[in-house]
Amino acid sequence: MFSSIRSLIANAFSWIGDVARFGCRGLLRALYPPFEILEIGRQVFEVGYRSIPLIAAAGFAVGAVMSMHTRASLERFGAESLIPMGLGMAMIKETGPLVTALLFSGRVGAGIGAELGAMRVTEQIDALESLAVDSFKHLVVTRILACMIALPLLTTMMNFTGIVGGFVAETVISDMSFNLYFDRALSAIDFDDYIPATGKTVLFGFIIGTVSSYLGYYTRGGTAGVGQASTKSVVFSSILVILTNVIVVKAIFFFFPGAAQ
Amino acid sequence: MTVDVAIRFDRVCKSFNGVKVLDEVSFDVPRHTALCILGRSGTGKSVTLRQMIGLIQPDTGSIFINGENLAQVDSRGLNRLRKQIGFLFQYSALFDSISVGENVAFPLRRHTRLGEAEITRKVGELLNQVGLEQHRRKMPSEISGGMQKRVGLARAMAMDPSILLVDEPSSGLDPVTAVEIDNLLADLKRQRGTTLVVVTHNIPSAKRIGDTLAFLHNGRILESGTPEQFENSRHELVRSFMSVQGGT
Repeated sequence: MFSSIRSLIANAFSWIGDVARFGCRGLLRALYPPFEILEIGRQVFEVGYRSIPLIAAAGFAVGAVMSMHTRASLERFGAESLIPMGLGMAMIKETGPLVTALLFSGRVGAGIGAELGAMRVTEQIDALESLAVDSFKHLVVTRILACMIALPLLTTMMNFTGIVGGFVAETVISDMSFNLYFDRALSAIDFDDYIPATGKTVLFGFIIGTVSSYLGYYTRGGTAGVGQASTKSVVFSSILVILTNVIVVKAIFFFFPGAAQ
Repeated sequence: MTVDVAIRFDRVCKSFNGVKVLDEVSFDVPRHTALCILGRSGTGKSVTLRQMIGLIQPDTGSIFINGENLAQVDSRGLNRLRKQIGFLFQYSALFDSISVGENVAFPLRRHTRLGEAEITRKVGELLNQVGLEQHRRKMPSEISGGMQKRVGLARAMAMDPSILLVDEPSSGLDPVTAVEIDNLLADLKRQRGTTLVVVTHNIPSAKRIGDTLAFLHNGRILESGTPEQFENSRHELVRSFMSVQGGT
């Protein structure tokens, strides 16, 4: 029993090590030509632009719900005027980055895992190699970079739509103007809050891109393997994002003391 | 090695999960000739073909392409060699996210500086050769398996390779189209001097294309020679293989 748990943990760390090596290899290879600029642009469009409706809608809904909950709590203390500020801080510091990353891993992680997995089992990756194309560079590096570029932009969008959602929920009850709401929402936010919180999503993008590419690129076992690669991409990248977030938040507090206030 | 040899296998061994698929296989493919590799299913024919382009590495032994040992070239060298080799996969392996025409144009866009007009002209010419010019805008999923095979052949020929590796050219094709593809491959060898290595189960097809046939069995080449020599092989298995399919 004890030894099986120990081997399970050892296997998990070994797997994480393999994935980390795979991702670091991807980042190193990005420094050397061919730079695959067109393919990176295409992937940013696929993973970023096409995720906008999902992220915008989710951000709006999350902001509205958070605003309603915050009002219920603050109303008891007569502190309704703090609702925009509380919502702004919550969205920008934590909710925006984490919810965006989790939604992104659901949509994009599953897509990358399934796409690369299908390409592997239908020999399309071998076909790329046979055509003298570095499949790792063309498929993996471009997707990891696209995730790292797209996720901070999507997070900023979620922060914005979240605040808009909060305003819409608030405006049903009170008659606060849009300008005043935004002023208050951003009054307690400075760059020490925005930059590290949004910057950490670059790391989340790296994790999601790497994990899903790894699982897709090394898919085995036909269509069943493709399904597993897709599912595991979502599960593992979500877990890793959540766990990494704990460490990153602690690091942010250490390097940006202003963000802890 | 003499320069007349395009491909050389030198005592190549390959095992998968402890099962020996190739056991000290050696042969030469002279330049401008066609070798057809025959054998029952699972005897390592496709593995042999994939090793020629470096998709699978041998456990021991050496593979030489145009005089260069595949094990001793770096990734750039391997890609340089791969640009001289066309490969038709058994199940076509077309890129399913781009159109038929874009599949054929893919190697031209990656490896040449041809203008858009020239690429369009060349893609049209290649698709015309395989009888699919009118389908260039369709996606691979919108055409039949046999048509996909022909698109795969057009893509493999796009870079005017000096060596063409073909895995089961007639599978999934109707008999008339299969003969047309065989004739196209034979023309490539005759007119452009392309060296062909064709894996097939189809004996009439092998006879049409091949200058030399090789029969793989139990990880070794049981017999190699001209189609006529195969008809009179001293191996019962080879004779029965030829007679079972010979009339079709």
